[in-house]
Amino acid sequence: MITIGLLHSTIRGDEKLILEAAKKRNVLVELIDIRRSIYSEAQPTQRVDVALERSVSTVKGLYAAHYYESKNIPVVNSTAVATICEDKFLTSLALAKANVPTIPFGMAFTVSELESLIKSIGGYPVVVKPPEGSWGRLLAKINDVDALEAVIEHKDVLGTPSHKAFYVQKYIQKKQGRDIRAFVINGHTICAIYRNSPHWITNTARGGVASNCVVDRALETICKNASHAVGGGILAMDVVETKDGYVINEINHTMEFKNSEIPTKVSISGHIVDYCLQIVQAQ
Amino acid sequence: MNAQCPVCDGMVTIAPDTIESEIIQCPECSAHLVVERIEGSHAVLTEAPKVEEDWGE
Repeated sequence: MITIGLLHSTIRGDEKLILEAAKKRNVLVELIDIRRSIYSEAQPTQRVDVALERSVSTVKGLYAAHYYESKNIPVVNSTAVATICEDKFLTSLALAKANVPTIPFGMAFTVSELESLIKSIGGYPVVVKPPEGSWGRLLAKINDVDALEAVIEHKDVLGTPSHKAFYVQKYIQKKQGRDIRAFVINGHTICAIYRNSPHWITNTARGGVASNCVVDRALETICKNASHAVGGGILAMDVVETKDGYVINEINHTMEFKNSEIPTKVSISGHIVDYCLQIVQAQ
Repeated sequence: MNAQCPVCDGMVTIAPDTIESEIIQCPECSAHLVVERIEGSHAVLTEAPKVEEDWGE
């Protein structure tokens, strides 16, 4: 019988859904709490057929994934995919390299260079984001140079080193105050939701309301190309509708989905388990 | 199974299918709690960690 090692920290509703889906498929799940694990050559490795990385912390999850890969245990998502997707700048570079439509972006390290960068991507407003992190935290919509100087000074004085690398995107007015989150497994978009919010940040973690989004051919195509650009696996893509078509905003590699199974009527957890089984069978 | 909320001292009922590390909510103070250990009919709860810089997708 195949055993999935579920690398976790706290168990959220998402992980409970995965456990339920595995049980329905008669698949064993070994719960591996990374907070209580020691990753050392002196420690025996829990033998599992595939490791599914579901840590809330990106950094800790990535180290755990590296450890299992070093023991020749496949990890979903792989460290190669996670390394790109955990960093918004690296994700944007991968998308641009593969000619996948994305929001105009750039990175700079000083205010004067940021001003030049902002001009080159079409001027204000722009969004400054930490390269790492999620749930819509620490995003700043910058409408003019005064706001830019204030935000950058705060980051310079108060921020950690990664907050002093300024990732900037052109601000895109979202159609009907919504964006799309598409759930993509192995390049196939299994379902998608609209996230509606009166706020310019539409994350469901920030109060965005989820409703079903029918996946059309254009959405399927851009998500397939974006998946290919970052290395595939289990991904959640944030997609914005523009007058020129869809563009990819961000790609998440350890997605939360518990609020999306009901509106889409798709068992995302079931697809996750099935993909893990495919990875084992392909070994 | 019942356990005491570490935030408000209220009584929290733990569902039978609850597993260790699961996040639950105190019905009295709404604090998010982690079920750290289940030992027989006894559960140890701690306050769930707050958002950290690299949390979440």
